[in-house]
Amino acid sequence: MHSWDPRIEEMPGAELEKIQYRHLKTLVYRLYSFSDFYHARMKEAKVHPDDIKTLADIRLLPFMYKSDLRDNYPDKLFCAPQNELVRYHVSSGTTGKPTVVGYTQKDIDLWTTSLARGLTSCGIGKGDVIQVSYGYGLFTGGLGLHYGAERIGATVLPTSVGNTERQIELMQDLKATAIACTPSYLIHIGEAADRMGVSIQKDTLLRSAIIGAEPWSETMRTRIYETMGVRAYDIYGTSEISGPMFSECSEQKGIHIWGDIAIPEIIDPDTGESLPPGEHGELVMTVLQKEALPIIRYRIGDLTQILDEPCPCGRTHPRIQRISGRVDDMLIIRGINVFPSAVEHAILSIPELSGHFMIEVDRKGSLDDMLVRVEMAPEALSDKINDLINIKRNVEHTLKNALNVAVQVELSEPGSLPRFEGKAKRVIDRRVF
Amino acid sequence: MQGEYIIKQISIFSENKPGRLAAIAEALEKSHVNIFAFSIAEANSFGVVRALVDKPDDARSVLEKLGFAVQFTDVIAVRMKDEPGGLHAVAQILGDAGINIEYAYAYSGKEAAVLILRVSQAGEAISKIQAAGGSLLRESDLG
Ligand SMILES: [Zn+2]
Repeated sequence: MHSWDPRIEEMPGAELEKIQYRHLKTLVYRLYSFSDFYHARMKEAKVHPDDIKTLADIRLLPFMYKSDLRDNYPDKLFCAPQNELVRYHVSSGTTGKPTVVGYTQKDIDLWTTSLARGLTSCGIGKGDVIQVSYGYGLFTGGLGLHYGAERIGATVLPTSVGNTERQIELMQDLKATAIACTPSYLIHIGEAADRMGVSIQKDTLLRSAIIGAEPWSETMRTRIYETMGVRAYDIYGTSEISGPMFSECSEQKGIHIWGDIAIPEIIDPDTGESLPPGEHGELVMTVLQKEALPIIRYRIGDLTQILDEPCPCGRTHPRIQRISGRVDDMLIIRGINVFPSAVEHAILSIPELSGHFMIEVDRKGSLDDMLVRVEMAPEALSDKINDLINIKRNVEHTLKNALNVAVQVELSEPGSLPRFEGKAKRVIDRRVF
Repeated sequence: MQGEYIIKQISIFSENKPGRLAAIAEALEKSHVNIFAFSIAEANSFGVVRALVDKPDDARSVLEKLGFAVQFTDVIAVRMKDEPGGLHAVAQILGDAGINIEYAYAYSGKEAAVLILRVSQAGEAISKIQAAGGSLLRESDLG
């Protein structure tokens, strides 16, 4: 086994816990003193930094929610002044306002270090050519993996998403050995290569794939290996904790969460009570050394469990299992998080619509296809087809802006979409992962 | 009197789903509504059905009972001369007067072909067409 930082990655568990405790204590003192938000939250929860006497006392600290980020848009939770920030990333929120994450240089360094360890643990390193086919830009995937790959001395081919035929040509010509992208895009690349008469297995040097930002399964892992000869490794992270940050090692048996960087907990999503390793529940993350946007006990909303037994690779840091689902109704469309509440918010802002809608998600080929059916307000009906086409375009445009992902829109007759009493079930997801 | 030349068209917003059009036709037939003229404009997943019928109010209520979204739209009907250039002549008259034709469709009436026009200013269009010697139909002339 080759590790990026063997001293940290293979340190005895007890020693790691000491480091975690020290970081946690520092973090809590710092935020209690310098963050109005955390100060108020801790007061409310009647907990003082002095009450944190062991690592397990993390459970005394209050939770942080996605709504906290929305309510404090864009940067009210930041604990570093703007002139200390070196980057912003932006992801879509639950309603109207997006989530903005700021990074200091140290934040970027830690994120990059985390990825350097992860990539190395998958057997990738200097000499590899990594095609980064995650989106570059406000989304964290592209730039995150880009810096991680450069850190380990690999050669980055920053193709971003799209123009798949060109991606396949470059993969061949520049001899890419690894790729980072969403699982559905990897399968899409495989299918496009087939159509071009290119065998990923025989005609390229691609041997590993770091895939995430979307649900996938062991079945997909097997399919990717059998059809493309590529070993796929799961990577996990959300923009709030920095971005895609933690990955599986070459054992492919769960995602290592570097303990000196973050503390994962599993709770019962209904009661908020902590659950022991091996029990399935909601993942709660604390990122220990984040400067610009500190994250304590953040309820990401993903469901998984902590794997207690040591990983055969010899790394001592805790692992979580592949994400099995969500506690809320968040959808992931081509790697982008989409909240039905954000769709609703956007639709309610359009006067020509009744406000009723349905979301239908399918896989077209290997890519996600999201259709939003919207209902016309009776007074907006027109005998002129162009008026209707303009309304449809406006809805498409408004949704694209709100969600950061293109969706199909269909206009429905007034009164034709289902009405719900109690909890609305507006999402029909026909995808199989 | 320009008003007598304004004709009530029923406009029905409809999704492009199999059976929707048949349902409209069937409902009108069952309630003994005669359809004089009929046109469909569509874009991908939805369309607008436009019809001139002998009993617009009955048609509207029967379709609304079936859940259709129905509107009345004011249109005018021009008797077309049975000679080339008739359509062009009408377009020219309206164009010169700065009146937009939103859409048009035709049907063969009792004596001559009839052009149905949805225009931006119906009253203005009527006087311009009449002044140019054109012949317009009243609702009672349809059929
Ligand atoms: Zn391992």
